[in-house]
Amino acid sequence: MIGLSHNALWVLVSMLMLGTAAGLVGCFAYWKRHSLMSDALAHAALPGVVAGYALLGFKSLPVMLLGAAASALVGALAVSWIRSSSRVKEDAAMGIILSVFFGLGIMLLAIVNRLPGGGQSGLDSFIFGQAAAMVRQDMRLMTAAAAIVLLVVLVSFKEWKLHLFDPAFARGLGLSGRLMDAAYLTLLVVVIVIGIQAVGVILMAALLIIPAVSARYWTNAFGTMLALSALFGGGAGVAGAYVSTLESGWPTGPFIVIAAAGIFLVSFLFGLRKGLLLKAMQRREQMRRLRTRAIRSDKLTEGEALP
Amino acid sequence: MEPVANMKKPEPALQVHGLHAAYRRNKVLEDVTFEAMPGTLTAIVGPNGAGKSTLLKTMLDLHPRLGGEVRFFGTAYRNAKLKVGYVPQRGSVDWDFPTDALDVVLMGLYGRIGWFRRPGRRHREQALEALAKMGMADFAKRQISELSGGQQQRVFLARALVQDADLYLLDEPLAGVDAATERAIMETLKTLRAAGKTVMVVHHDLQTVEDWFDHVLLLNRTVIAHGPTAEVFTPDNLARAYGGWLRRKEPVPR
Repeated sequence: MIGLSHNALWVLVSMLMLGTAAGLVGCFAYWKRHSLMSDALAHAALPGVVAGYALLGFKSLPVMLLGAAASALVGALAVSWIRSSSRVKEDAAMGIILSVFFGLGIMLLAIVNRLPGGGQSGLDSFIFGQAAAMVRQDMRLMTAAAAIVLLVVLVSFKEWKLHLFDPAFARGLGLSGRLMDAAYLTLLVVVIVIGIQAVGVILMAALLIIPAVSARYWTNAFGTMLALSALFGGGAGVAGAYVSTLESGWPTGPFIVIAAAGIFLVSFLFGLRKGLLLKAMQRREQMRRLRTRAIRSDKLTEGEALP
Repeated sequence: MEPVANMKKPEPALQVHGLHAAYRRNKVLEDVTFEAMPGTLTAIVGPNGAGKSTLLKTMLDLHPRLGGEVRFFGTAYRNAKLKVGYVPQRGSVDWDFPTDALDVVLMGLYGRIGWFRRPGRRHREQALEALAKMGMADFAKRQISELSGGQQQRVFLARALVQDADLYLLDEPLAGVDAATERAIMETLKTLRAAGKTVMVVHHDLQTVEDWFDHVLLLNRTVIAHGPTAEVFTPDNLARAYGGWLRRKEPVPR
């Protein structure tokens, strides 16, 4: 890292932390089938950011992040309310919330930008992310968030595994589903809220979804999947942020997504558990065996499936 | 544990009184009342939509209860959780989850291991033992997505076994399994009964009810009949549970 300015170093460390946290929480979201939910929450955070700014009249990061968390949670509640009180399915409900909240955020942004001094507010960077604008305080915030997520995963790894695999059975053992859901939603909203400044509301979900999906191609163990997902998320965060700092004014989100997509492509093709290359090789091996030995001579064990 | 045989009437393992439950506008359970005694193996039988799975879920607080009372060993479910083993339908979980058979069985011990603590070697041995009882010792390290349907069901059974519960509630454990697995599961359940435990099984196959179960709970939204198989499993009662179309019980092929 020689030759990097202090600021650039902060940015890279911040993105490493953010990517790690997003990779871990993304695994939870993946097994809760909540990939689209994380996208809806990220988009739903935008009106809160703008409202937080408009309320004070000047830029205060804590207030804007609180606003983001509040509106993301309102979005989450709205999704579950629509689903439980109407015939609308969850994916359609998320589609509605995602677009309506994002539209509302853009509308508020347009109004705020017309206010005196609003044009220089820098709020636009919340749409595509501006990691280069981050300062030391942001680095601390992201490191703290990553530490919390990592601690939660390390302390209650077994509980998360049980809850994600079989929530009904978990409740039978006394592990409250409501408590786990609340903890999960909290972690998800925290990661999204601290991430949108750097990655942007539009692409934040990619940092949650792509590392987890990529990790799945390499392992059959939940612990390894978490570790790999954290690694991939951190790697994509650093790579994307580094490229975006090469030129002033480049948005960070798109570069992070491209870096994550690269990791996904490699995993998809060469993954050791589910990759395409592996599947092709297994298929060739099966066909070779079929040619050399037309009839299988060894007996199957009782209850064993055909290979 | 010896089967209870003294003069004093043993306490029921499960008491359900006036249980009501609904899905949206449709009432699924109406005034369900029954008791299950220790050392019995009961089939819960009834047509599709009769509320068999809902009955289990409602008793276990997994589905909202509109009214009525459920007592496990004389107390509410939340106080008796570790005494109750629940085996959900195989299709209720995602078998693509990245874990192996041994790990799933270990989950049955989580309540005893304690929250936020890691399972030790002793727990691993217990889980292996339960897998061996289900004839699955060789598959301990097998990825669960690579198990056949019958093997997955055996893993679920092994997970219930390590819980060492006193009352077992199983939701269609014999659905879609082959004859060998059906025998392995039912022999295991008979062993539990012989140890004085209470077992209730949601069961779909009327042909095998008399072979495996000593008690039958005929359910169609409410209890049609409940008692020893020989008394309850009659053509008349079946016709009442299934509606008019099942007039005669088909002879069971031996």
